[in-house]
Amino acid sequence: MPKRITLFAGHYGSGKTNISVNYAIHLKALGLPVAIADLDIVNPYFRTKDSEEELKSRGIDLLCSDFAGSNLDIPALPERMYRTVRDKQTYAVMDIGGDDVGSVALGRFAPFIREEDNYDMVFVVNFYRPLSPDAETALEIMREIESASSLRFTSIAHNSNLGEETTAQTLLDKVNEAKRLSEISGLPLKMTAVKEGLFSDLAGKIDNLFPLTLQRKII
Amino acid sequence: MAEKVLMKGNEAIAEAAILAGCRHYFGYPITPQTEIAAYMVKKMPKIGGCFLQAESEVAAINMVYGVASTGKRVMTSSSSPGISLKAEGISYLAGSDLPALVVNVQRGGPGLGGIQPSQSDYFQATKGGGHGDYHLIVLAPSSVQEMASLTVKGFDLADKYRMTAMILADGTMGQMMEPVCLDEVEVNDYDKSWAVVGTQCKREHNIINSLSLVPEELEQLNFARYEKYKLVEENEVMYEEYMMEDAEICVSAFGIAARVAKNAITMARQEGIKVGMIRPITLWPFPKKAFLAAADQVQCFISVELSMGQMIEDISLATQCKKPVYLCNRAGGMIPSPEQVLDSIRTAHKGGTK
Repeated sequence: MPKRITLFAGHYGSGKTNISVNYAIHLKALGLPVAIADLDIVNPYFRTKDSEEELKSRGIDLLCSDFAGSNLDIPALPERMYRTVRDKQTYAVMDIGGDDVGSVALGRFAPFIREEDNYDMVFVVNFYRPLSPDAETALEIMREIESASSLRFTSIAHNSNLGEETTAQTLLDKVNEAKRLSEISGLPLKMTAVKEGLFSDLAGKIDNLFPLTLQRKII
Repeated sequence: MAEKVLMKGNEAIAEAAILAGCRHYFGYPITPQTEIAAYMVKKMPKIGGCFLQAESEVAAINMVYGVASTGKRVMTSSSSPGISLKAEGISYLAGSDLPALVVNVQRGGPGLGGIQPSQSDYFQATKGGGHGDYHLIVLAPSSVQEMASLTVKGFDLADKYRMTAMILADGTMGQMMEPVCLDEVEVNDYDKSWAVVGTQCKREHNIINSLSLVPEELEQLNFARYEKYKLVEENEVMYEEYMMEDAEICVSAFGIAARVAKNAITMARQEGIKVGMIRPITLWPFPKKAFLAAADQVQCFISVELSMGQMIEDISLATQCKKPVYLCNRAGGMIPSPEQVLDSIRTAHKGGTK
Protein backbone atom coordinates (compact mmCIF):
# COMPACT_ATOMS: atom_id res chain seq x y z
CA MET A 1 0.00 0.00 0.00
CA PRO A 2 1.20 3.55 -0.68
CA LYS A 3 1.93 5.82 2.27
CA ARG A 4 -0.93 8.06 3.37
CA ILE A 5 0.96 11.22 2.54
CA THR A 6 3.17 11.58 -0.52
CA LEU A 7 5.14 14.79 -0.87
CA PHE A 8 6.88 15.87 -4.07
CA ALA A 9 9.65 18.42 -3.64
CA GLY A 10 12.75 19.37 -5.61
CA HIS A 11 14.47 22.03 -7.69
CA TYR A 12 12.09 24.45 -9.34
CA GLY A 13 11.14 23.38 -12.82
CA SER A 14 11.95 19.73 -12.07
CA GLY A 15 8.37 18.66 -12.79
CA LYS A 16 6.88 18.40 -9.30
CA THR A 17 3.44 19.66 -10.23
CA ASN A 18 3.13 17.44 -13.25
CA ILE A 19 4.16 14.35 -11.29
CA SER A 20 1.96 15.30 -8.32
CA VAL A 21 -1.13 15.61 -10.49
CA ASN A 22 -0.42 12.33 -12.26
CA TYR A 23 0.37 10.55 -8.99
CA ALA A 24 -2.93 11.73 -7.50
CA ILE A 25 -4.72 10.34 -10.55
CA HIS A 26 -2.79 7.09 -10.11
CA LEU A 27 -3.84 6.77 -6.45
CA LYS A 28 -7.45 7.52 -7.35
CA ALA A 29 -7.32 4.77 -9.99
CA LEU A 30 -6.35 2.37 -7.20
CA GLY A 31 -9.72 3.20 -5.64
CA LEU A 32 -8.34 5.38 -2.84
CA PRO A 33 -9.84 8.66 -1.59
CA VAL A 34 -7.36 11.34 -2.70
CA ALA A 35 -6.75 15.03 -2.09
CA ILE A 36 -3.99 17.01 -3.79
CA ALA A 37 -2.57 20.07 -2.06
CA ASP A 38 -0.71 22.84 -3.88
CA LEU A 39 1.76 24.26 -1.36
CA ASP A 40 3.67 26.25 -3.97
CA ILE A 41 4.22 29.75 -2.64
CA VAL A 42 6.87 30.63 -5.23
CA ASN A 43 5.71 29.88 -8.76
CA PRO A 44 3.31 32.44 -10.26
CA TYR A 45 2.20 30.44 -13.32
CA PHE A 46 1.70 26.78 -14.30
CA ARG A 47 0.01 25.64 -11.10
CA THR A 48 -1.87 22.57 -9.91
CA LYS A 49 -4.95 24.73 -10.25
CA ASP A 50 -4.49 24.66 -14.03
CA SER A 51 -5.59 20.98 -13.86
CA GLU A 52 -8.62 21.74 -11.66
CA GLU A 53 -11.21 20.45 -14.14
CA GLU A 54 -9.38 17.17 -14.81
CA LEU A 55 -8.92 16.58 -11.09
CA LYS A 56 -12.54 17.40 -10.27
CA SER A 57 -13.88 15.12 -12.98
CA ARG A 58 -11.94 12.27 -11.43
CA GLY A 59 -13.22 12.97 -7.93
CA ILE A 60 -9.89 14.26 -6.59
CA ASP A 61 -10.10 17.13 -4.12
CA LEU A 62 -7.88 20.11 -4.88
CA LEU A 63 -6.56 22.17 -1.98
CA CYS A 64 -4.88 25.36 -3.11
CA SER A 65 -4.38 29.02 -2.33
CA ASP A 66 -7.35 31.26 -3.02
CA PHE A 67 -4.96 33.39 -5.04
CA ALA A 68 -3.48 30.67 -7.29
CA GLY A 69 -3.74 31.72 -10.94
CA SER A 70 -4.98 35.15 -9.95
CA ASN A 71 -3.28 38.50 -10.26
CA LEU A 72 -2.15 38.46 -6.65
CA ASP A 73 1.27 37.35 -5.59
CA ILE A 74 0.62 36.38 -1.97
CA PRO A 75 2.75 33.64 -0.41
CA ALA A 76 0.02 32.49 1.98
CA LEU A 77 -1.73 29.14 2.40
CA PRO A 78 -5.33 28.76 3.54
CA GLU A 79 -6.40 26.98 6.74
CA ARG A 80 -7.92 24.09 4.77
CA MET A 81 -4.40 22.90 3.90
CA TYR A 82 -4.39 21.29 7.37
CA ARG A 83 -6.81 18.72 6.02
CA THR A 84 -3.77 16.96 4.57
CA VAL A 85 -2.54 16.16 8.08
CA ARG A 86 -5.89 16.00 9.95
CA ASP A 87 -8.04 13.87 7.68
CA LYS A 88 -6.34 10.50 8.05
CA GLN A 89 -8.91 8.71 5.89
CA THR A 90 -7.80 10.56 2.78
CA TYR A 91 -4.58 9.99 0.85
CA ALA A 92 -2.80 13.30 0.47
CA VAL A 93 -0.48 14.28 -2.38
CA MET A 94 1.44 17.44 -1.51
CA ASP A 95 3.00 19.52 -4.29
CA ILE A 96 5.76 21.60 -2.69
CA GLY A 97 7.25 24.79 -4.15
CA GLY A 98 10.69 24.74 -5.72
CA ASP A 99 14.02 24.66 -3.90
CA ASP A 100 14.61 25.49 -0.24
CA VAL A 101 12.66 28.73 -0.67
CA GLY A 102 9.53 26.89 -1.75
CA SER A 103 9.78 24.12 0.82
CA VAL A 104 9.77 26.56 3.73
CA ALA A 105 5.98 26.33 3.50
CA LEU A 106 6.20 22.68 4.45
CA GLY A 107 7.76 23.38 7.83
CA ARG A 108 4.37 24.24 9.35
CA PHE A 109 3.08 20.75 8.55
CA ALA A 110 6.30 18.85 9.25
CA PRO A 111 5.64 18.09 12.98
CA PHE A 112 2.26 16.51 12.13
CA ILE A 113 3.72 14.55 9.23
CA ARG A 114 6.61 13.26 11.36
CA GLU A 115 4.25 12.36 14.21
CA GLU A 116 1.91 10.32 12.03
CA ASP A 117 4.96 8.77 10.33
CA ASN A 118 3.12 7.46 7.32
CA TYR A 119 4.64 9.49 4.53
CA ASP A 120 6.87 9.28 1.51
CA MET A 121 8.81 12.44 0.69
CA VAL A 122 9.92 12.20 -2.91
CA PHE A 123 12.77 14.20 -4.42
CA VAL A 124 11.93 15.05 -8.03
CA VAL A 125 14.95 15.52 -10.29
CA ASN A 126 15.48 16.38 -13.94
CA PHE A 127 19.17 16.18 -14.86
CA TYR A 128 18.54 18.40 -17.90
CA ARG A 129 17.95 21.34 -15.58
CA PRO A 130 21.12 23.44 -15.69
CA LEU A 131 21.47 23.85 -11.91
CA SER A 132 21.04 20.12 -11.22
CA PRO A 133 23.06 18.51 -14.02
CA ASP A 134 24.43 15.63 -11.92
CA ALA A 135 23.96 13.58 -8.76
CA GLU A 136 26.21 15.84 -6.65
CA THR A 137 24.41 19.10 -7.40
CA ALA A 138 21.06 17.35 -6.99
CA LEU A 139 22.13 16.08 -3.57
CA GLU A 140 23.06 19.62 -2.59
CA ILE A 141 19.55 20.85 -3.46
CA MET A 142 18.10 17.86 -1.62
CA ARG A 143 19.94 18.82 1.58
CA GLU A 144 18.89 22.48 1.26
CA ILE A 145 15.25 21.45 0.98
CA GLU A 146 15.51 19.09 3.95
CA SER A 147 16.89 21.79 6.20
CA ALA A 148 14.28 24.32 5.05
CA SER A 149 11.34 21.93 5.42
CA SER A 150 12.43 20.01 8.56
CA LEU A 151 11.67 16.75 6.78
CA ARG A 152 13.93 14.07 5.35
CA PHE A 153 13.49 12.71 1.86
CA THR A 154 12.61 9.03 1.64
CA SER A 155 12.76 8.37 -2.11
CA ILE A 156 13.57 9.78 -5.55
CA ALA A 157 11.45 10.37 -8.66
CA HIS A 158 13.62 10.56 -11.75
CA ASN A 159 12.07 12.96 -14.26
CA SER A 160 14.78 13.80 -16.79
CA ASN A 161 13.18 15.35 -19.86
CA LEU A 162 13.59 18.05 -22.50
CA GLY A 163 9.94 19.03 -22.68
CA GLU A 164 8.40 18.40 -26.07
CA GLU A 165 11.73 17.25 -27.52
CA THR A 166 11.98 14.31 -25.11
CA THR A 167 12.75 10.94 -26.69
CA ALA A 168 13.31 7.54 -25.09
CA GLN A 169 17.06 8.15 -25.47
CA THR A 170 16.76 11.48 -23.62
CA LEU A 171 15.69 9.55 -20.56
CA LEU A 172 17.99 6.55 -21.05
CA ASP A 173 21.01 8.89 -21.15
CA LYS A 174 20.33 9.95 -17.56
CA VAL A 175 19.42 6.59 -16.02
CA ASN A 176 22.93 6.10 -14.64
CA GLU A 177 22.94 9.57 -13.10
CA ALA A 178 19.70 8.72 -11.30
CA LYS A 179 21.23 5.49 -10.02
CA ARG A 180 24.24 7.44 -8.77
CA LEU A 181 21.98 9.86 -6.91
CA SER A 182 20.23 6.89 -5.38
CA GLU A 183 23.62 5.50 -4.27
CA ILE A 184 25.10 8.66 -2.78
CA SER A 185 21.85 9.62 -1.05
CA GLY A 186 20.99 6.11 0.08
CA LEU A 187 17.41 6.58 -1.16
CA PRO A 188 15.48 4.22 -3.43
CA LEU A 189 14.30 5.26 -6.91
CA LYS A 190 10.55 5.30 -6.36
CA MET A 191 9.76 5.97 -9.99
CA THR A 192 11.09 7.10 -13.34
CA ALA A 193 8.51 9.36 -14.91
CA VAL A 194 7.94 9.30 -18.65
CA LYS A 195 5.38 10.85 -20.94
CA GLU A 196 2.74 8.31 -21.92
CA GLY A 197 3.79 8.12 -25.58
CA LEU A 198 7.23 6.78 -24.65
CA PHE A 199 6.05 4.28 -22.06
CA SER A 200 5.95 1.23 -24.36
CA ASP A 201 9.43 2.04 -25.78
CA LEU A 202 10.93 2.00 -22.31
CA ALA A 203 8.87 -0.70 -20.56
CA GLY A 204 11.21 -3.45 -19.41
CA LYS A 205 14.29 -1.24 -19.81
CA ILE A 206 13.74 0.87 -16.70
CA ASP A 207 12.31 -0.26 -13.35
CA ASN A 208 9.30 1.45 -11.76
CA LEU A 209 8.38 3.35 -14.91
CA PHE A 210 5.60 5.83 -14.19
CA PRO A 211 3.54 7.08 -17.17
CA LEU A 212 2.50 10.73 -17.16
CA THR A 213 -0.95 10.55 -18.70
CA LEU A 214 -1.88 14.16 -18.06
CA GLN A 215 0.47 16.69 -19.69
CA ARG A 216 0.25 20.44 -19.48
CA LYS A 217 -0.21 22.38 -22.65
CA ILE A 218 2.34 25.01 -23.54
CA ILE A 219 1.64 27.70 -26.12
CA MET B 1 27.35 22.29 -29.70
CA ALA B 2 26.63 22.29 -26.00
CA GLU B 3 24.25 19.69 -24.59
CA LYS B 4 20.61 20.68 -24.59
CA VAL B 5 19.12 21.65 -21.25
CA LEU B 6 15.57 22.39 -20.14
CA MET B 7 15.26 25.98 -19.00
CA LYS B 8 12.81 28.64 -18.01
CA GLY B 9 13.02 31.72 -20.19
CA ASN B 10 14.21 33.76 -17.22
CA GLU B 11 17.03 31.33 -16.51
CA ALA B 12 18.04 31.36 -20.18
CA ILE B 13 18.46 35.13 -20.01
CA ALA B 14 20.61 34.85 -16.90
CA GLU B 15 22.83 32.08 -18.25
CA ALA B 16 23.19 33.77 -21.65
CA ALA B 17 24.23 36.99 -19.93
CA ILE B 18 26.96 35.10 -18.08
CA LEU B 19 28.11 33.46 -21.31
CA ALA B 20 28.24 36.92 -22.91
CA GLY B 21 30.68 38.04 -20.25
CA CYS B 22 28.30 39.86 -17.92
CA ARG B 23 29.75 39.66 -14.41
CA HIS B 24 27.67 42.40 -12.82
CA TYR B 25 23.97 42.06 -12.12
CA PHE B 26 21.90 44.36 -9.96
CA GLY B 27 18.25 43.66 -9.38
CA TYR B 28 15.28 43.76 -7.15
CA PRO B 29 12.71 40.94 -7.01
CA ILE B 30 9.40 41.23 -8.80
CA THR B 31 7.15 38.56 -10.32
CA PRO B 32 7.34 37.21 -13.02
CA GLN B 33 11.12 37.74 -13.51
CA THR B 34 12.53 36.80 -10.11
CA GLU B 35 14.18 33.63 -11.47
CA ILE B 36 16.74 35.85 -13.22
CA ALA B 37 17.91 37.15 -9.86
CA ALA B 38 17.59 33.71 -8.27
CA TYR B 39 19.82 32.24 -10.98
CA MET B 40 22.35 35.05 -10.70
CA VAL B 41 22.62 34.74 -6.94
CA LYS B 42 23.49 31.06 -7.32
CA LYS B 43 25.85 31.44 -10.26
CA MET B 44 27.69 34.77 -9.87
CA PRO B 45 29.64 33.95 -6.67
CA LYS B 46 30.93 30.75 -8.30
CA ILE B 47 32.42 32.58 -11.30
CA GLY B 48 33.85 35.64 -9.60
CA GLY B 49 30.92 37.83 -10.61
CA CYS B 50 28.93 40.33 -8.61
CA PHE B 51 25.30 39.79 -7.72
CA LEU B 52 23.72 42.49 -5.65
CA GLN B 53 20.13 42.77 -4.57
CA ALA B 54 19.68 46.49 -4.44
CA GLU B 55 17.42 48.24 -1.95
CA SER B 56 15.18 49.39 -4.79
CA GLU B 57 14.87 49.47 -8.55
CA VAL B 58 16.12 53.06 -8.54
CA ALA B 59 19.27 51.96 -6.75
CA ALA B 60 19.75 48.99 -9.07
CA ILE B 61 19.66 51.05 -12.27
CA ASN B 62 22.12 53.56 -10.83
CA MET B 63 24.48 50.69 -9.97
CA VAL B 64 24.14 49.67 -13.61
CA TYR B 65 25.11 53.22 -14.58
CA GLY B 66 28.20 52.96 -12.42
CA VAL B 67 29.46 49.69 -13.88
CA ALA B 68 28.51 50.69 -17.43
CA SER B 69 30.73 53.76 -17.02
CA THR B 70 33.70 51.44 -16.65
CA GLY B 71 32.85 49.65 -19.89
CA LYS B 72 32.06 46.34 -18.18
CA ARG B 73 29.05 44.33 -19.28
CA VAL B 74 26.22 44.86 -16.83
CA MET B 75 22.57 43.88 -16.61
CA THR B 76 19.48 44.55 -14.58
CA SER B 77 16.05 43.01 -14.89
CA SER B 78 12.57 43.74 -13.66
CA SER B 79 8.93 43.62 -14.62
CA SER B 80 6.71 46.49 -15.72
CA PRO B 81 6.24 48.55 -12.51
CA GLY B 82 9.93 48.09 -11.73
CA ILE B 83 10.92 49.31 -15.18
CA SER B 84 8.89 52.47 -14.60
CA LEU B 85 11.00 53.04 -11.49
CA LYS B 86 14.16 52.49 -13.52
CA ALA B 87 13.04 54.91 -16.24
CA GLU B 88 14.96 57.86 -14.84
CA GLY B 89 18.16 55.85 -14.75
CA ILE B 90 17.56 54.54 -18.26
CA SER B 91 17.25 58.12 -19.52
CA TYR B 92 20.55 58.95 -17.77
CA LEU B 93 22.19 55.92 -19.42
CA ALA B 94 20.94 57.17 -22.79
CA GLY B 95 22.12 60.72 -22.01
CA SER B 96 25.56 59.38 -21.17
CA ASP B 97 25.67 56.96 -24.12
CA LEU B 98 26.30 53.96 -21.89
CA PRO B 99 25.99 50.33 -22.97
CA ALA B 100 23.92 48.13 -20.67
CA LEU B 101 21.21 45.50 -20.88
CA VAL B 102 17.84 46.03 -19.22
CA VAL B 103 15.36 43.15 -19.16
CA ASN B 104 11.62 43.74 -18.87
CA VAL B 105 9.53 40.58 -18.32
CA GLN B 106 6.22 42.36 -18.69
CA ARG B 107 3.10 41.91 -16.56
CA GLY B 108 -0.33 43.49 -16.81
CA GLY B 109 -0.77 47.18 -15.99
CA PRO B 110 -1.06 50.06 -15.61
CA GLY B 111 -0.13 50.73 -12.00
CA LEU B 112 0.58 47.71 -9.86
CA GLY B 113 -1.62 45.78 -12.31
CA GLY B 114 -1.11 42.07 -11.86
CA ILE B 115 1.40 39.29 -12.26
CA GLN B 116 0.02 37.69 -15.42
CA PRO B 117 1.73 38.22 -18.81
CA SER B 118 1.33 41.33 -20.92
CA GLN B 119 2.88 43.34 -23.75
CA SER B 120 1.55 46.70 -22.70
CA ASP B 121 4.98 48.25 -22.15
CA TYR B 122 5.61 48.45 -25.91
CA PHE B 123 5.21 52.23 -25.94
CA GLN B 124 7.39 52.59 -22.87
CA ALA B 125 10.14 50.46 -24.40
CA THR B 126 10.12 51.86 -27.93
CA LYS B 127 9.04 55.46 -27.45
CA GLY B 128 10.94 56.45 -24.37
CA GLY B 129 9.64 55.76 -20.91
CA GLY B 130 12.20 58.10 -19.50
CA HIS B 131 12.51 61.76 -20.45
CA GLY B 132 14.36 63.29 -23.36
CA ASP B 133 15.11 62.37 -26.94
CA TYR B 134 16.49 58.85 -26.95
CA HIS B 135 16.00 55.29 -28.09
CA LEU B 136 16.77 51.90 -26.67
CA ILE B 137 17.54 48.94 -28.88
CA VAL B 138 14.52 46.76 -28.08
CA LEU B 139 14.64 43.01 -28.69
CA ALA B 140 11.55 40.78 -28.48
CA PRO B 141 12.24 37.06 -28.01
CA SER B 142 9.61 34.51 -28.97
CA SER B 143 11.17 31.30 -27.59
CA VAL B 144 13.38 30.30 -24.69
CA GLN B 145 16.21 29.82 -27.21
CA GLU B 146 15.73 33.42 -28.35
CA MET B 147 15.63 34.63 -24.76
CA ALA B 148 19.23 33.40 -24.69
CA SER B 149 20.39 34.41 -28.18
CA LEU B 150 18.88 37.90 -28.01
CA THR B 151 20.45 38.49 -24.61
CA VAL B 152 23.83 37.81 -26.22
CA LYS B 153 22.87 40.01 -29.17
CA GLY B 154 21.68 42.75 -26.84
CA PHE B 155 25.05 42.96 -25.09
CA ASP B 156 26.83 43.04 -28.44
CA LEU B 157 24.66 45.80 -29.91
CA ALA B 158 24.90 47.80 -26.70
CA ASP B 159 28.70 47.74 -26.88
CA LYS B 160 28.79 48.32 -30.63
CA TYR B 161 26.70 51.50 -30.50
CA ARG B 162 27.27 52.63 -26.90
CA MET B 163 23.54 52.28 -26.30
CA THR B 164 21.37 50.65 -23.72
CA ALA B 165 19.52 47.63 -25.06
CA MET B 166 16.34 46.12 -23.69
CA ILE B 167 14.94 42.61 -23.78
CA LEU B 168 11.17 43.07 -23.95
CA ALA B 169 9.72 39.72 -22.91
CA ASP B 170 6.53 38.87 -21.06
CA GLY B 171 5.61 36.70 -18.10
CA THR B 172 4.87 33.63 -20.19
CA MET B 173 8.20 33.83 -22.00
CA GLY B 174 9.91 34.20 -18.64
CA GLN B 175 8.13 31.31 -16.97
CA MET B 176 7.76 28.76 -19.75
CA MET B 177 10.27 25.93 -20.06
CA GLU B 178 11.77 24.74 -23.33
CA PRO B 179 14.88 22.86 -24.41
CA VAL B 180 17.69 25.24 -25.20
CA CYS B 181 21.25 24.96 -26.43
CA LEU B 182 23.69 27.39 -24.87
CA ASP B 183 26.90 27.55 -26.83
CA GLU B 184 30.04 29.41 -25.90
CA VAL B 185 29.85 33.05 -26.94
CA GLU B 186 32.59 34.86 -28.81
CA VAL B 187 32.58 38.33 -27.35
CA ASN B 188 33.47 41.01 -29.89
CA ASP B 189 36.10 43.49 -28.86
CA TYR B 190 34.80 47.05 -29.15
CA ASP B 191 36.67 50.25 -28.52
CA LYS B 192 36.04 51.37 -24.96
CA SER B 193 38.60 54.12 -24.70
CA TRP B 194 35.78 56.28 -23.35
CA ALA B 195 35.46 54.18 -20.17
CA VAL B 196 36.20 55.59 -16.74
CA VAL B 197 38.90 53.20 -15.59
CA GLY B 198 41.70 55.43 -14.34
CA THR B 199 44.06 57.56 -16.44
CA GLN B 200 47.30 56.15 -15.00
CA CYS B 201 48.29 59.83 -15.40
CA LYS B 202 48.82 59.09 -19.08
CA ARG B 203 45.82 60.74 -20.69
CA GLU B 204 43.06 63.29 -20.19
CA HIS B 205 40.19 62.34 -17.89
CA ASN B 206 37.23 60.60 -19.42
CA ILE B 207 33.95 62.08 -18.28
CA ILE B 208 30.68 60.19 -18.17
CA ASN B 209 27.85 62.63 -17.64
CA SER B 210 24.40 63.47 -18.92
CA LEU B 211 24.44 67.10 -17.81
CA SER B 212 25.18 69.80 -20.36
CA LEU B 213 25.56 73.41 -19.28
CA VAL B 214 25.54 74.89 -22.78
CA PRO B 215 22.35 74.44 -24.81
CA GLU B 216 24.23 74.66 -28.14
CA GLU B 217 26.44 71.77 -27.08
CA LEU B 218 23.50 69.72 -25.81
CA GLU B 219 21.82 70.22 -29.15
CA GLN B 220 24.93 68.96 -30.95
CA LEU B 221 25.02 65.91 -28.66
CA ASN B 222 21.42 65.14 -29.56
CA PHE B 223 22.15 65.58 -33.27
CA ALA B 224 25.14 63.25 -33.04
CA ARG B 225 23.16 60.66 -31.08
CA TYR B 226 20.43 60.64 -33.70
CA GLU B 227 23.02 60.15 -36.47
CA LYS B 228 24.04 57.03 -34.55
CA TYR B 229 20.42 55.94 -34.23
CA LYS B 230 20.13 56.28 -38.01
CA LEU B 231 22.96 53.76 -38.39
CA VAL B 232 21.19 51.35 -36.06
CA GLU B 233 18.00 51.70 -38.08
CA GLU B 234 19.92 51.00 -41.29
CA ASN B 235 21.94 48.05 -40.04
CA GLU B 236 20.30 46.25 -37.16
CA VAL B 237 16.65 45.62 -38.06
CA MET B 238 15.64 42.00 -37.37
CA TYR B 239 12.36 40.30 -38.19
CA GLU B 240 10.98 36.95 -39.27
CA GLU B 241 8.70 36.50 -42.26
CA TYR B 242 6.42 33.51 -41.96
CA MET B 243 4.38 32.23 -44.94
CA MET B 244 4.42 35.69 -46.52
CA GLU B 245 5.24 34.56 -50.09
CA ASP B 246 1.61 34.40 -51.24
CA ALA B 247 -0.06 36.08 -48.26
CA GLU B 248 -3.10 38.29 -48.77
CA ILE B 249 -3.41 39.02 -45.08
CA CYS B 250 -0.43 39.91 -42.90
CA VAL B 251 -0.58 39.14 -39.21
CA SER B 252 1.95 40.96 -37.10
CA ALA B 253 2.92 39.90 -33.62
CA PHE B 254 5.99 39.64 -31.42
CA GLY B 255 6.96 37.49 -28.45
CA ILE B 256 4.30 35.19 -27.03
CA ALA B 257 1.62 36.66 -29.34
CA ALA B 258 3.62 35.48 -32.37
CA ARG B 259 3.49 31.89 -31.10
CA VAL B 260 -0.29 32.08 -30.75
CA ALA B 261 -0.53 33.74 -34.17
CA LYS B 262 1.51 30.96 -35.82
CA ASN B 263 -0.98 28.38 -34.58
CA ALA B 264 -3.84 30.49 -35.93
CA ILE B 265 -2.11 30.91 -39.29
CA THR B 266 -1.72 27.12 -39.59
CA MET B 267 -5.47 26.72 -38.94
CA ALA B 268 -6.39 29.50 -41.39
CA ARG B 269 -4.17 28.02 -44.10
CA GLN B 270 -6.07 24.73 -43.69
CA GLU B 271 -9.20 26.71 -44.51
CA GLY B 272 -7.52 28.04 -47.64
CA ILE B 273 -6.96 31.58 -46.36
CA LYS B 274 -3.67 33.00 -47.59
CA VAL B 275 -2.24 34.53 -44.47
CA GLY B 276 1.31 35.09 -43.29
CA MET B 277 3.13 36.92 -40.55
CA ILE B 278 5.83 39.50 -40.05
CA ARG B 279 7.30 39.04 -36.59
CA PRO B 280 9.43 41.99 -35.52
CA ILE B 281 12.42 40.79 -33.50
CA THR B 282 13.76 44.30 -33.07
CA LEU B 283 10.87 46.50 -31.92
CA TRP B 284 13.26 49.43 -32.16
CA PRO B 285 14.53 49.70 -34.81
CA PHE B 286 11.11 48.70 -36.17
CA PRO B 287 11.13 46.74 -39.46
CA LYS B 288 9.53 49.61 -41.37
CA LYS B 289 10.73 48.58 -44.81
CA ALA B 290 9.36 45.03 -44.49
CA PHE B 291 5.94 46.35 -43.55
CA LEU B 292 5.94 48.99 -46.29
CA ALA B 293 6.81 46.32 -48.86
CA ALA B 294 4.08 44.04 -47.52
CA ALA B 295 1.53 46.86 -47.80
CA ASP B 296 1.77 46.59 -51.60
CA GLN B 297 1.10 42.85 -51.41
CA VAL B 298 -1.58 42.24 -48.79
CA GLN B 299 -5.14 43.48 -48.35
CA CYS B 300 -4.81 44.26 -44.69
CA PHE B 301 -2.79 43.78 -41.52
CA ILE B 302 -3.83 42.31 -38.18
CA SER B 303 -1.81 43.30 -35.15
CA VAL B 304 -2.03 40.64 -32.43
CA GLU B 305 -1.06 42.10 -29.07
CA LEU B 306 -1.36 41.53 -25.34
CA SER B 307 -2.26 45.19 -24.91
CA MET B 308 -4.92 47.67 -25.92
CA GLY B 309 -3.07 48.14 -29.22
CA GLN B 310 0.38 49.73 -29.20
CA MET B 311 2.49 48.20 -31.96
CA ILE B 312 -0.48 48.75 -34.25
CA GLU B 313 0.51 52.45 -34.41
CA ASP B 314 3.98 51.61 -35.71
CA ILE B 315 2.46 49.34 -38.35
CA SER B 316 0.17 52.14 -39.52
CA LEU B 317 3.11 54.55 -39.65
CA ALA B 318 5.41 52.08 -41.40
CA THR B 319 2.79 51.23 -44.03
CA GLN B 320 1.91 54.92 -44.43
CA CYS B 321 -1.72 53.89 -43.90
CA LYS B 322 -1.82 52.24 -47.33
CA LYS B 323 -3.87 49.32 -45.99
CA PRO B 324 -6.15 48.93 -42.98
CA VAL B 325 -4.59 47.57 -39.77
CA TYR B 326 -6.94 45.68 -37.47
CA LEU B 327 -6.34 44.85 -33.84
CA CYS B 328 -6.75 41.43 -32.26
CA ASN B 329 -5.96 41.71 -28.58
CA ARG B 330 -6.39 40.77 -24.95
CA ALA B 331 -5.22 42.87 -22.04
CA GLY B 332 -4.68 42.90 -18.31
CA GLY B 333 -2.77 39.63 -18.17
CA MET B 334 -4.88 37.65 -20.65
CA ILE B 335 -3.50 35.96 -23.79
CA PRO B 336 -5.46 35.76 -27.08
CA SER B 337 -6.32 32.18 -28.01
CA PRO B 338 -5.42 30.80 -31.45
CA GLU B 339 -9.19 30.60 -32.07
CA GLN B 340 -9.60 34.32 -31.38
CA VAL B 341 -6.81 35.14 -33.82
CA LEU B 342 -8.30 32.73 -36.37
CA ASP B 343 -11.62 34.49 -35.99
CA SER B 344 -9.95 37.85 -36.71
CA ILE B 345 -8.26 36.36 -39.79
CA ARG B 346 -11.59 34.98 -41.05
CA THR B 347 -13.30 38.33 -40.53
CA ALA B 348 -10.50 40.17 -42.32
CA HIS B 349 -10.67 37.61 -45.12
CA LYS B 350 -14.34 38.41 -45.61
CA GLY B 351 -13.41 42.08 -45.81
CA GLY B 352 -14.62 42.82 -42.31
CA THR B 353 -13.25 45.37 -39.94
CA LYS B 354 -13.12 43.47 -36.67
